[in-house]
This record gives sequence, C-alpha cells and structure tokens, in this order.
Amino acid sequence: MNSIIKIESLSKKYKDADQFSLNDVSLEINEGQIFGLLGPNGAGKTTLISMLCGLIKPTSGHFSIDDLEYHHHSSKIKKIIGVVPQEYALYPTLTARENLHYFGSMYGLKGSDLKDKVIETLDLLGLLKFADKQIHTFSGGMKRRVNLIAGILHNPKVLFLDEPTVGVDVQSKNAILDYLKILNQNGTTIIYTSHHLAEAEDFCTNIAILDRGKIYAKGTPETLIEKTENARNLEDVFISLTGKDLRDDI
Amino acid sequence: MIYKIWMSIVKEFLLLKRDLGGLIILFIMPLVLVITVTIIQDSTFKTVSDNKIQILLVDNDKGSVSKTVFDNLQKNNLFSVVTQLDNKTITEEVARENVYKGKFQLAIIIPKNLSADLQAKVDQNVENIVSKMGFTDSVAKPEKPKVITQKEVKLYFDPAVQLSFKNSVMSSIDKMISQIETKSIYTAFQNQFGEENTEFDQKSFITFKEIIPRINNKEVLPNSVQHNVPAWTLFAIFFIVIPLSINIVKEKSQGTFVRLLTNPVSNLVVIIGKTVTYSIICMIQFYMMVAVAIFLFPHIGLPPLNVEGHLFLMSVVALFSGFGAIGFGILLGTVASTQEQSAPFGATSVIILAAIGGIWVPVFAMPKIMQIIAKSSPMNWGLEAFYDVLLRNVSFVEIIPKISLLFLFFIITTSIALFYDKKKRTV
Repeated sequence: MNSIIKIESLSKKYKDADQFSLNDVSLEINEGQIFGLLGPNGAGKTTLISMLCGLIKPTSGHFSIDDLEYHHHSSKIKKIIGVVPQEYALYPTLTARENLHYFGSMYGLKGSDLKDKVIETLDLLGLLKFADKQIHTFSGGMKRRVNLIAGILHNPKVLFLDEPTVGVDVQSKNAILDYLKILNQNGTTIIYTSHHLAEAEDFCTNIAILDRGKIYAKGTPETLIEKTENARNLEDVFISLTGKDLRDDI
Repeated sequence: MIYKIWMSIVKEFLLLKRDLGGLIILFIMPLVLVITVTIIQDSTFKTVSDNKIQILLVDNDKGSVSKTVFDNLQKNNLFSVVTQLDNKTITEEVARENVYKGKFQLAIIIPKNLSADLQAKVDQNVENIVSKMGFTDSVAKPEKPKVITQKEVKLYFDPAVQLSFKNSVMSSIDKMISQIETKSIYTAFQNQFGEENTEFDQKSFITFKEIIPRINNKEVLPNSVQHNVPAWTLFAIFFIVIPLSINIVKEKSQGTFVRLLTNPVSNLVVIIGKTVTYSIICMIQFYMMVAVAIFLFPHIGLPPLNVEGHLFLMSVVALFSGFGAIGFGILLGTVASTQEQSAPFGATSVIILAAIGGIWVPVFAMPKIMQIIAKSSPMNWGLEAFYDVLLRNVSFVEIIPKISLLFLFFIITTSIALFYDKKKRTV
C-alpha cells in the first residue's frame, strides 16, 4: 500500500515550555488505514494532529500528505483533508443545514452538489428531520454527528478525528463509527485519537502509542497485543508501555 | 472565492438576525440616543418662555442701577427674576442658603448705594476731565475729592452649575453693568455741559451680523439637528465595535474559527465577509437615523434634518466611517480572549474616541494638547467630514483626505489583527 502521510523527524517545543511536546517523531500512514493515535494526557497526540492539520508549525522536521510537502502546498493539502475537532465547532444559533452549507461552501462545494450532499449525510446519520433546528437545541450526540458531517462533506482523502465519540450515548457512538467505516471503505484514510481503548481496538486497523512526545509502539492491534507479555487487550498493552502513574499536568 | 465571500456574508447576517441583544445595540439604541440627545440639546438652546431659569435678586440698592438690572433680566428670555420668597423680600443670607442647597441656580446681590455711588464716581471723573480741559471756572478752588469705595455685585452660583453656564451668565451681567456705566458717563457729561434734555443713542454703534452659508440659494441655518444627527450617527456607527468584536471572540471560543483555519479558505475571505456585512449594517443604521431626523423630528417639535443635495456625500462619509469602526472591531475581537474583555473595552474605548473626537465638546473648545490628540481620533475625521458635507457645503474632492484617513485606519487595524493572529498561532 502507498503511504499517504509521511512524517520525518517531526518535533515541537512550545514557547516557554521546558520539554518537547513531540520529539523526533517519524511515522508512515498508509492509504486506506484507520490509524489510531493513542496515549495518556500530554503524550503529544493533539500536537501531532494539530501540526498535520496546519494549525501549528513544527519546530523541526517535515511531513507530507498525498506526496504534497506541507511547507509548500498547505492550501492544496487543506482541500484533501477533513478535520473533526473534539469540541463542537459549530454556530449554535444556526440550524444544522445552515452550518453545513456554510462549512461545505468553504471547501468549494456549491449549488445542488452541496445541498444534496448535506441532505444525504444528515439522512445517513439520522438527523434529516432536525436539519432546520438550531444547533443549541441539539443533544450532545446530535451535535457530535453534525460536527462530523461538517468535516467530511467534501469527501476528504484523509480525515483527522480528535476523540469523535467523547461524551455521547452508545447509539450516537455506533452511528458515528459505522459511518466512518463506510467512509473508510470508500477510500478515506482516517487518523483518529481516543481514550476509549476498547473502541480503538475494534475500530482501528493500525495503532501508534505515544507518550512524552515519542512513539513507544506501532502496528496492528493484534500484533501489539501479541508482542506484549501477558496482554489480553489493547488496554494491557497501553498500561504496559505507559505505566500506571497519573498524568495530571497544567 | 466570490462564492465563499457570499456564503460568509449570508452566515454573518443569519448570526445577527438571531442575536436580539446585538440587534438592539445596532438599531434601537442609536435611534433612542439620537432622539434623546437632540431633544435635550435643542431645548438647551431654545429660548422658550416655559424653560426660563429662575434667579434670585437681592436689591439693597433700590436705585436706578438695580432697577435697570431687574428690567434687563426680566426682558432676557433665559431668566425670570425672583425678589420675594414666601411673600418676604429676600435677604443675602436667604439667597445664599437657597442657592447653595440647589433650589436656585443663581443669586445676584446688588450692594447698598450702588446707584448713588456710581453716579458720584462718574461725576467725579467727568468733572476731573472737564477741569483739565479748561472748561471750568478758573477762579473756583477745586474741592478735595470725596473717597468712593469700589462696589461689588455679588453672584452666588449653585455648586452643581456647569462652568459654561456660569461664564455665560457672568458675561451677560458684565455687559449689562457696562451699559449702565456708559449711560451714567454720558449723562454726567451732559450735566457738565448743561445739556440735560439731549437724547443720545444707547444702542451700540458696532453690531455683528452672522453671514449664513447658502446652499442652492437658501440659507442653511445650523441648528441642533444639523449638529447632532451626524455626531450621534457616527457614535452609533462606532458602536458596531461591540457586536463585531463579540462575534469574533465567540468564533474563537466556539471552535468555528479553528475549523475555518483547517479549511481551504484564507483569513482574508473571513475578514471581507465580516467587513461587507457590517458595512451594510452601518449604512442601514445611517439611513435609519437620517430618516428619523427628516420625518420624525418635525412631529416631536424638532427642526427636520436638511440633507438637500448632500445625501450621496453623507453616505460616502458614513461608509468610510463604518470601515474605520469595523477595522477597530476586528482588531479588538482578535486581541481579546473573552467577551468580558471585548465588550467593556469596546464600549469604553468608543466613548473615549467620541470624547476626544469632538462628539460632545467641540475640538476648538478643548485644551491645546487635547486638540492635537483629537486629530488622531477616527471619529474626529468622520465628524469633520460630515460637517464639511452638511454644514460647509464642500465637494467630494475636499473630503478625500478625511475619508482616506478612515480607510487607512481600517487597513492598519485589520493588518495588525491579521499579523497578531498569525503571531499568536506561532506557538
């Protein structure tokens, strides 16, 4: 399989920080994978995703997406990626349809293509009958689904998801994950962060475990479990690699 | 790009449409403001009888001078004279107590023997002049002049009275006393030369005539409406800073701004979307205020705003003033982290800009240093451009420097906002 994301010696040290948040990370993610970035709080997952989405600049190193070097082709890359942030990045007083029309148009969609795509995805995620309701009236699970749709309207080649199922009920979680699997089958590579290790074990084809800005292990969930002594599941692998200490930090 | 800008404008209008508080700030408050301020200021300058200010007069003189002061004050449309309270003649102590308690704004105390002593002093001076000129009997031995002490007319002001009112009253009384003195001097000379019955002209020889600018062969008399509507319209336009900065802060806190950063859309599209939307809002505000001033004011006892032949240039000034306000709003929204920072700072800074820009107190009446500072306020550029168009009847070419400054202010503030945002994200 072709590598769609190539990361070489990527490092990030925030201003006034004592340590690197990401330290000399190299990684390749293949086309068609559902790639899970797992790690305790402060491991560097959000920093890595933020750099890949172009929100923050690396201190050193470089990366490319679909053979496009980010330094030189940031605007081209933004057209082929989709981002679903952890927070509900939606306008609360606009309806679901108005939010999606707006964000879809920012990806260059317009006219009937945009309208049809909005209706189709709202329907697939069970939200069509609420299309004209304002977002602030939605439950957490409904907001999370609209948040997902806003990132995938343009059929991105690569989709970044930052904890897409946090704080939602089982039904909404299943609807989201099922839809993501359909997207993946249609060719979208998914990069996903989560604290739900059981969910990641089921959902991801490949996983990297990060801690203290470094990758501790990578591979399929099955191989990681196999390689780790006495491990029955991904949680055992995770604890074995990152330890039991609390990771509270300010 | 055009479609993205169009969708940004649609989104901004939808957000505004559903923000009742924002709509009130944008459309209702400016109308309330311009109507209230114009009514108050108009009545301040109106000389209507039912608005007379009552002043206390204590007459210890009972002579011609006090009678003249009383008559002149009564004739003045601003004042009505009170000489008795509870059917008792007012004493200095009573007058002072009433004024210092704020029951009356002013008391005038005419000293004892003012008329007699004034006449005596004038006679003495005139006699002295006449004798030096050799018109008197040379044999007669000059009498030793009687010592006449200077007289004081005391004024008591309510401590809450503003300085401008105090000064204008003092100058009116000063003028009145000067006229009385002049009359006494003329009379004394007549007496000296034995022409007691000759009438002389009491009117001032030099008079003032205000030449009022003419537009389309009609005199445009500046009134409170012509001054207030542009000033408070400008103030309202700049209040757009508050909803605009809140809008930007909300986008940051909701995460929609971060989402837009990951979209293939430049920050410029977002800025243009906001600028176009809020420029339209500014123009709606402007036309609403003008419409109210033209059509509503005559029904509430105010003169209508005369925009004859000026509406296009006034619209240009309003548009560029809007750009100035939008630039400031974008900068504030970008720098502020929370609505608690942006809203009070926005409101306070607009009031400061209005104060130094000459919205309340004319720039020429400010101290020298403030006059220099006023020139740096975008509200001053906008106000002067409005006055140029509405009251000074200038052409488009003559307002170019002022509207260019407003546009430059927009470019500079927006550029700083973009630069700041970029810098902030380079963490």
